[in-house]
Amino acid sequence: MINQFLKVMFQCLFVRPLVLLLIGLNVRFRERIPETGPAIIAANHNSHLDSFILQTLFPLQMMNKVRPVAAADYFLKNKWIAWFSLKIMGVIPVHRKVRHSEGDPLSACSEALEAGDILIIFPEGSRGEAEMLDEFKTGVAHLAQRHPEVPVYPLFLHGCGKALPRGEGLFVPFFVDAVVGQPMTWSGDRMEFVAKLKREIENLADHCQRPAWD
Amino acid sequence: MNWFSNLSLAVEYSLVAIFSVLIASTLILKLIGWLKPEKDLGDLPPRIFSWWIIVSMVTVALVLQEPYSIMFFALVSFLGLKEFYSMIPTRRVDRRVLFWAYLAIPVQYYWIYDRWYDMFIIFIPVYLFLLLPMRMVFIGATVGFLRAASSTQWGLMTCVFCIGHIAYLGTLDVEHVGVAGGPGLTVMLLILTEGNDIAQYLWGKAFGRTKIIPKVSPNKTWEGFIGGLATTVALSYLIGPYLSPFTTQQALIAGGLVGTAGFIGDVVMSAIKRDLNIKDTGGTLPGHGGILDRVDSLIYTAPIFFHFSFWLTF
Repeated sequence: MINQFLKVMFQCLFVRPLVLLLIGLNVRFRERIPETGPAIIAANHNSHLDSFILQTLFPLQMMNKVRPVAAADYFLKNKWIAWFSLKIMGVIPVHRKVRHSEGDPLSACSEALEAGDILIIFPEGSRGEAEMLDEFKTGVAHLAQRHPEVPVYPLFLHGCGKALPRGEGLFVPFFVDAVVGQPMTWSGDRMEFVAKLKREIENLADHCQRPAWD
Repeated sequence: MNWFSNLSLAVEYSLVAIFSVLIASTLILKLIGWLKPEKDLGDLPPRIFSWWIIVSMVTVALVLQEPYSIMFFALVSFLGLKEFYSMIPTRRVDRRVLFWAYLAIPVQYYWIYDRWYDMFIIFIPVYLFLLLPMRMVFIGATVGFLRAASSTQWGLMTCVFCIGHIAYLGTLDVEHVGVAGGPGLTVMLLILTEGNDIAQYLWGKAFGRTKIIPKVSPNKTWEGFIGGLATTVALSYLIGPYLSPFTTQQALIAGGLVGTAGFIGDVVMSAIKRDLNIKDTGGTLPGHGGILDRVDSLIYTAPIFFHFSFWLTF
């Protein structure tokens, strides 16, 4: 109950003012954003700001349904970060390195999809070099295969990496572009699915102006 | 309590007039949509919608008065500067320099609040002009140094220094600038500049033939420019006696200055967009584009109208 209250307060007093005023968000194809779950939003990852941006694309009432999928080794580091990640951000922790004997790393994601949640997944697996697209991991394809009825929305983000890149503590205001793609469904092959997803996100990048940043 | 008690009658009537024009345009648009549903209105509906937001925010800022009116224009500067730094090429190493540039906004608007005219007029063109390259030298990256220093300063000059003149105009006192005071001049500047934008656009749409500067802005014509300029001069003649201390002759000159400067501001921003190969500066104002697409003419008219008023009355 108290965590629920804090979660809404965190969105109202921190996330939304930060995203809408200090950062500033331009959304292309906003009409494509799903109104209900289950769905998977697959976006490129440049910054800790990415999850805040994607949460802001959804109305406040849906915050319990919008779940960023995050690395357990990073976001459960200690008990305070874990409380913040799990209770306030509502993340689903995923263990990045697992042995087969340890069970299914994606079971929590599957359960969330079955409950009608909207998962936010960064297929690059980490923020990597700011404003560069890394190779995609196949987790998202595993989920798409298990839940072929769930639409996967490719989404391209630009600007978060300039505002707060990996390894920088200072936030500098820059506008962020979010381009929402057409939903994709399971195509029958994991590698092919991941490759197509990456291509789609790269194509979405053409819809926004990206001035040189070097 | 009367919320409007701190605004002069002339300013109140101006706001009523502006809202009347907005209501009329909205009704006409609705009527067209109702009578001729097949007619494509283009970006007019979102444009008018954005005008409602802009006019409402300016009205609230004027009614609340200082310090909120000053904070409102500081917000415009911030959004404009952010748009500028987001649309130009920047260097990764300069993130901290840009952070300093953003910090200049509260400082510059404090000078305005404090009515420290000399500091207001010198802070960005001289002190920040010298300070930011120094900060860049400490970073040490020399490739693209001049380009980065220049474009950082260009953003500050246009979005903070020039736009700041609107706020300073609002602080001028009744003793010097007539019964409508600073807010009267602010409203006059905004009506003349935005009215000029719209008038030049409409004259150009109706009679535009001869292109002025096809290389920069192919939609700008002599007919649009002259027609808009004449409209703005006439408008200034009409509202000048109520909103400013200007004589008839001075009001006519003010109209001419705003009409010409507004056109130049518009095409200068067009040249920048052309250089960057973009159509709009952003997407914050549906139908208009970005903040800078809306305030481009103000970047030129604000300092010129300000100094014209200041020179005449102080």
